[in-house]
Amino acid sequence: MRRRSWLAAPFILWSAAFIIIPLLLIVYFGMTDGDGAFTWSNLAAMAEVDNLKALGLALLLSLSATLICLILAYPIAMILAERRTSSGTLIAMLFILPMWMNFLLRTMAWQTLLEKNGVINTLLHVLRLPSVTLIYTPSAVVLGMVYNFLPFMILPLYTVLSKIDRDVLLAARDLGAGPWQTFLRITLPLSTPGMISGITMVFVPSLTTFVITDMLGGGKVQLIGNTIEQEFIQGSSWHVGSGLSLILMIFVLISMAFVAKYDPQQSGSLIGGGGRE
Amino acid sequence: MNNKLIEMRSISKTYHTRTVLDDFSLYVRENEFLTLLGPSGCGKTTLLRILGGFETPDSGRVFFEGKDITDLAPNKRPLNTVFQNDTIFYHMSVADNIAFSLKIRGVSRAAIEDEVEKALHLVGLDGYGDRMPDTMSGGQAQRVQIARAIISRPKVLLLDEPLSALDLKLRQSMQYELIRLKEELGITFIYVTHDQEEALTMSDTVVVINGGRIQQIGRPEDIYNEPQNAFTADFIGDGNIFDALMIRDELVNILGTDFPCVDVGFGQNNPVDVIIRPEDVELVDPDKGTIRGVVTSVLFRGVHYEMDVLAHGYHWMARSTRMVPEGTEVGIMIDPFNIQVMHKPTRPDQETFTHA
Repeated sequence: MRRRSWLAAPFILWSAAFIIIPLLLIVYFGMTDGDGAFTWSNLAAMAEVDNLKALGLALLLSLSATLICLILAYPIAMILAERRTSSGTLIAMLFILPMWMNFLLRTMAWQTLLEKNGVINTLLHVLRLPSVTLIYTPSAVVLGMVYNFLPFMILPLYTVLSKIDRDVLLAARDLGAGPWQTFLRITLPLSTPGMISGITMVFVPSLTTFVITDMLGGGKVQLIGNTIEQEFIQGSSWHVGSGLSLILMIFVLISMAFVAKYDPQQSGSLIGGGGRE
Repeated sequence: MNNKLIEMRSISKTYHTRTVLDDFSLYVRENEFLTLLGPSGCGKTTLLRILGGFETPDSGRVFFEGKDITDLAPNKRPLNTVFQNDTIFYHMSVADNIAFSLKIRGVSRAAIEDEVEKALHLVGLDGYGDRMPDTMSGGQAQRVQIARAIISRPKVLLLDEPLSALDLKLRQSMQYELIRLKEELGITFIYVTHDQEEALTMSDTVVVINGGRIQQIGRPEDIYNEPQNAFTADFIGDGNIFDALMIRDELVNILGTDFPCVDVGFGQNNPVDVIIRPEDVELVDPDKGTIRGVVTSVLFRGVHYEMDVLAHGYHWMARSTRMVPEGTEVGIMIDPFNIQVMHKPTRPDQETFTHA
C-alpha cells in the first residue's frame, strides 16, 4: 500500500490547488477587512437581523425538506430493497433518472409547472377553479429541494437496507416480534447509517442552496445561501460573504460530525455528491 | 414420546416449475430428535421453513398439537428456529440478542437477566453477555443463536444445518452439546442436515429425503443397516451396490454367483438392488471365499484400511483394520445377514444418488 502512495499525487495536487487553497482564501477573506487587517466583523455579520432571518429560514426549509425526503424515501427504499429483482432495478432507475438531467433544467421545469400562468394554473383555469399562488413561496423552495435531493436520500437508505439479510428479519419474527416490532427493533436501528448519510446529503446542499431559491423563490424567499451569493456576485463584499460562509460551514461540519459518529464506515455517503449546483 | 406433536399432511410446494415437496406427510413426536437428511435441493430446508412459518405450502396442512397452524405468522408459532445463516442482531449486545424474545413478551428486567445468565451458561458462554457479537468467533455466534432460540422454552426447536459453517472439531463437539441441550431442556428437535454422519450421531429418528419425497424413516441403525432403496443405501455411508436377481427367498444372484441371504418376500427370479457395506466384505483365502478377486489398491484411512478388490468385473470396496497388500489374490466372503436386498426403484428419486 505504502509504495503506491505516489499514485495519489495527482489528486493531492488537485485538492491543494482547488480545495485547500480556496478554503484558505475564504478563511483569509472572512477574517480580514478591505485593508487586509484582521477583524471578527465579517463573522459577526451573521448576527445582523436580516442574516439571522435568512439563516433561520434556511435551517427551517432545509430541515423540512430533509424530513419530507426521509418520509418519502424510507418506504420506497424498503420496497426496493425487498425486491432486489429486475423490477426493483427498474423502479430504482425511475428515481435515479432525474439525477441524470441537468440540475438547472430540472428546476426550470418546476418553474413552468408552478408559474402564475404555468401548467398547473392553466389546468385549474380550464377546470374553472381559482388559480393559486405556487411559485415564489417557501413551499415552492422546499418542493425544489425535495425534488432535487430525494435520490440522495433513497440511495444510501437502499444500500443499507438491501444489506440486511432477510433471514435476520425472519429470525426476529420467529422470536415473537410482529412486523411493526421487527421494523422498530431491527430494521430501523440497522438502517441508521443510511439514514444519517441521507440526512446529511440532503440537509447540507439544501442549507446552502441559492439556485433553487433564486428560481423557485424569485427573490421573495431569502435564504443564507442567497445572502452569501449576493455578497459575492453583486459585489457587496467578498469579506462579509466569506465570513458568512465560515459560519455556515460550522453548521455543515456539525452535521458531518454527526455522520462520522454514526456511520464510521461511510457506507452511504460515497454515493452522489458531485454536479449539483 | 408417543403423541404426535407436529403433523404435516400432504405438503406440496413448487417453485416456478420445480417441485420441491411432493405430497409430503410426516409426524414428529414429543421430545423426539428428528433429522431431515438429504442432498441439497431435496426439499428439507423448505419443509423446515414451512414449519417455521416463513413459507406457505401450495397445498397441505401443518398441525401443532392437533391445531392447524398452516396460516399462522412465525411470531405466533410455538416453535423457534436456529438459522443456517448468521442471523445475529449485530446492533445489540450478546445479552440483548439472547433476551430478544423475552423483551418482546414484556418479561420483567430482573427475570430477563436471570434467564439470560442461565441461557449463556447452557451454551457455555458464561460472562459473554456484555460483548458485542462482532467480537465473537463463528462457533460462539452460533451458540448465541441457539441460546436466543431456546431462552423462551419453545416446544420445538427447528435447526437448519446449524453446524455447517463450523470446522470439523468444533462441529463434533457441538453435536454432543446439542444432544446434551436437548436432554436438559426436553425440547423436541427437528434438525436439517445433508451430513449423514451428523444425522446418524444425533438423531432418534432419521428421515431420508430426496426429490421432495420421503425415502425412508427409521432409527439411525435401521437407516444404515437396512436401507430400503438404492438412494438411501448410496446416500448413507459407503456401499457396494449391485443390480442383482432374487432367485428365491434367502438366495440372491450377484454378478452371476448365488449368495445366501436372509431377505424374503422379493418374489422369484425378480430383479432387485443389493447393498453390501464395505466393512461387511470379508477378505479371506482365495479358496475359502464365495468368489475370487485381486486387490487393486489400498488406502490407509486412519482407523481402517480401504481395499479395492476387482472380482467378477466389479470393483468391490472392502474395509478392514487388517491390511491386505495390493496384488494379493483373495476370496470374498459375505455373511448372509449383511446382504441387504432392496426393491428396484420405481421413481427417479429412489435411484442411487451418484447416478441420479
